[in-house]
Amino acid sequence: MSKDIRIKKGLDLKLVGEAQANVSSVSRSQVYSIKPSDFHKVTPKLVVKEGAEVKAGEVVFYSKNDEAVKFVSPVSGKIIEIIRGEKRVILEIKIQADAQDTFVEHGKKDPKAMSDEQVKAHLLASGCWPFIKQRPYDVVANSAEIPKAIFISAYSSAPLSADVEVVLKDKVSAFQTGVDALSKLTKGKVHLSVNGKVNSIFNSVSGVELHKVFGPHPAGNVGVQISKIDPVNAGERVWVVSPQDVAIIGELFLTGKFEASRTIALSGSEVSNPQYYTVKVGAQIKDIVSGKLASDNVRIISGDVLTGNKVALSGNLSYYANTVTVIPEGNQYRMFGWMPFAGANKHSMQRTALSWLMPGKKYTPDTNLNGEERALVVTGEMEKVMPMDIYPMQLLKACLANDIEKMENLGIYEVAPEDFALVDYSNTSKLEAQVIIREALDLMINEVG
Amino acid sequence: MKFLRDKIDQIKKPFGKGEKFEKFAPAVNALDTFLYVPNHTTKHGAHIRDAVDLKRTMITVVLALLPALIFGIWNAGYQSLSQIQDVVPFMDALIHGAWKVLPMIAVSYGVGLGIEFYFAIVRGHEVNEGYLVTGLLIPMIMPIDLPLWMLALSVIFAVIIGKEAFGGTGMNILNPALTARAFAFFAYPTYMSGDKVWVSDATTMDAISGETILGKLAAGKEAGYDAWSMFAGTIPGSISETSVLWILVGAAILVITGVGSWRIIVSGFLGAAFTAFLFELWGASALMDFGMNHLLVGGLAFGIVFMATDPVSAAQTNRGKWIYGFLIGLFSILIRVFNPAYPEGVMLAILLLNVFAPTIDHYVVEGNIKRRKNRVAKQLKTA
Repeated sequence: MSKDIRIKKGLDLKLVGEAQANVSSVSRSQVYSIKPSDFHKVTPKLVVKEGAEVKAGEVVFYSKNDEAVKFVSPVSGKIIEIIRGEKRVILEIKIQADAQDTFVEHGKKDPKAMSDEQVKAHLLASGCWPFIKQRPYDVVANSAEIPKAIFISAYSSAPLSADVEVVLKDKVSAFQTGVDALSKLTKGKVHLSVNGKVNSIFNSVSGVELHKVFGPHPAGNVGVQISKIDPVNAGERVWVVSPQDVAIIGELFLTGKFEASRTIALSGSEVSNPQYYTVKVGAQIKDIVSGKLASDNVRIISGDVLTGNKVALSGNLSYYANTVTVIPEGNQYRMFGWMPFAGANKHSMQRTALSWLMPGKKYTPDTNLNGEERALVVTGEMEKVMPMDIYPMQLLKACLANDIEKMENLGIYEVAPEDFALVDYSNTSKLEAQVIIREALDLMINEVG
Repeated sequence: MKFLRDKIDQIKKPFGKGEKFEKFAPAVNALDTFLYVPNHTTKHGAHIRDAVDLKRTMITVVLALLPALIFGIWNAGYQSLSQIQDVVPFMDALIHGAWKVLPMIAVSYGVGLGIEFYFAIVRGHEVNEGYLVTGLLIPMIMPIDLPLWMLALSVIFAVIIGKEAFGGTGMNILNPALTARAFAFFAYPTYMSGDKVWVSDATTMDAISGETILGKLAAGKEAGYDAWSMFAGTIPGSISETSVLWILVGAAILVITGVGSWRIIVSGFLGAAFTAFLFELWGASALMDFGMNHLLVGGLAFGIVFMATDPVSAAQTNRGKWIYGFLIGLFSILIRVFNPAYPEGVMLAILLLNVFAPTIDHYVVEGNIKRRKNRVAKQLKTA
């Protein structure tokens, strides 16, 4: 049975450089890396030393606060470098890959025949646990807890992001196995939401409550769907897993291997032939984009344009990224660029630019801030991109004031930084809403837990 | 273009980080950013940003004000000249008005921006664009013959006490432009009300006089103008508040661009119309009998369109904006009818609701909080 979720508030940005639906592979990177910073709030405790040989799926480090949670190598090879920062914080672990992966063998298993505890232990031991994230706070799930429900959003509505229907086209059975395993982790339901406008490949998945989602971005954000299906209250936990990671979990049970490969969309206006590629987690950006860029002065983003991280050409694909987006840098001055109704090539939600007269036009945005940061003056604009039952500006102000009680009252437990990405994009004062929400969530973790 | 940019970068060098004049950087940046949108790129959060910024928003409001301003300049000349000559050529009226109004605008911008720059340098933040609107609004709502030094004092009061004392742009409780007018109104009442101040030169030439319509009605006289004159604005009054026609053109610009809240504008007029209608039914005085004409005079339209919509001092939630606007309309007419000594009902009504806007928002947001708490309570009950 499916329940529809309809959303009106939001914004579908139409951008140049959408990935075509064909999938190629890229040559294997020589060096892969794992960055503990991809796992927010995890303090890593290394179990390998520089120079050690690891198999694909072998533990590299575990979480100091939750020792059962292991983080494993995506490839087999040699640990060539452990980069540390201030106070010896581990920034990056570099692994020189063998020509061919040798895997840690976990053996084929059937999650349906296993007990809840066995499934959990298997996920923890195999290094699949970090794929499970928790709301509130948007961090890796605590292995000691049992969530009230698990949510999977198989609809990515963010601009230029990888289409789940394309990347999992051939992996529906692995996805189904992953769902079977996840359903052992909760007493409640597993909710799966799909794009209502297409005939989804996931419609046949069993053991889930299926939701068809209609509406503009951020309709695909799992947080928005949770707020419509079963909102998170104070003290409650729900878990979320992104669909490609569900499939990786499924592969683990089907093959006994930790096969950390993803199909990512390489998109954006500065990519010559935007399309999909199959890569391993932690692959080098250089190997993914080389020879495919249309210009030099570009920003490469591991993730989508609204929520991703900036990476250098020498950097690596971040752990959860399903998309690499390349857009022009905007580091140039624009004469009289503030003039109302000038510059129809710039998109604006407000009608002070003429873009509103051209609803079908696709844009080539650059990274220019299009102004400077200012005090909060304009009201009512954040509400237009916030489909949850939340007062975004009031919540942001409570966050800035570190007012914990007010943050709780206004719904801090229901939001993740990504839910404020469009607020980042659209607000006149150039406020960094995602950063503010992330810091507020960190404060809540420390103060409330 | 490259040459100009290089030149500016060269001039700005001594104001850079760690250089000699670093603390004056906000002043130089304010001028530079008017020529060029800076080359700043996104560092955190979303990598792409909407084309809108505060400068664009504020300039849009200034554009929306221009029709009413130009009409106001012409009307200032027309009201005066039409009393001493039969035919008033368009350009004569415009030039007469311009000689009066442009110095007021210059003083308002000069004094106000001077203070803004000073506070930006002392507090080390960039200059906010809000004063571009405030600085134009202040002369537009003053009587034509207000001495420039009084205008300057009003500006100083509004910017320092009305805005900077609360922490600067975005923090003020009251609308700064109305604060300036209220200051002048209570500090120099003889220059701000009566039958000699609304038409230029009325104080110096006996041949010229002019009362506002509300002033006449309060004094028990006839209004003396038909509804069309009131709508078109060829009546005495503060410089730019008389023409509902051109104010509505400005309102259209604000609403279409989305810069001004249509909720406040619509509910403001609704509130005023509702109250005026009730009073007309009652009909106990000339001011009550005035009925729907109330909507056309006394700066009601100007106040609702350009003052009540100031996002900082207005209610901030969508539901709050409906309540806020409606109450402004309601109180404007209420004050006019019951206290004819204050025909500027709109000014006082907006200032009053500015003070109550946070309270309105509080109750609207409280509804959201209650919903959230009820959810938890329900959960506990079923568990």
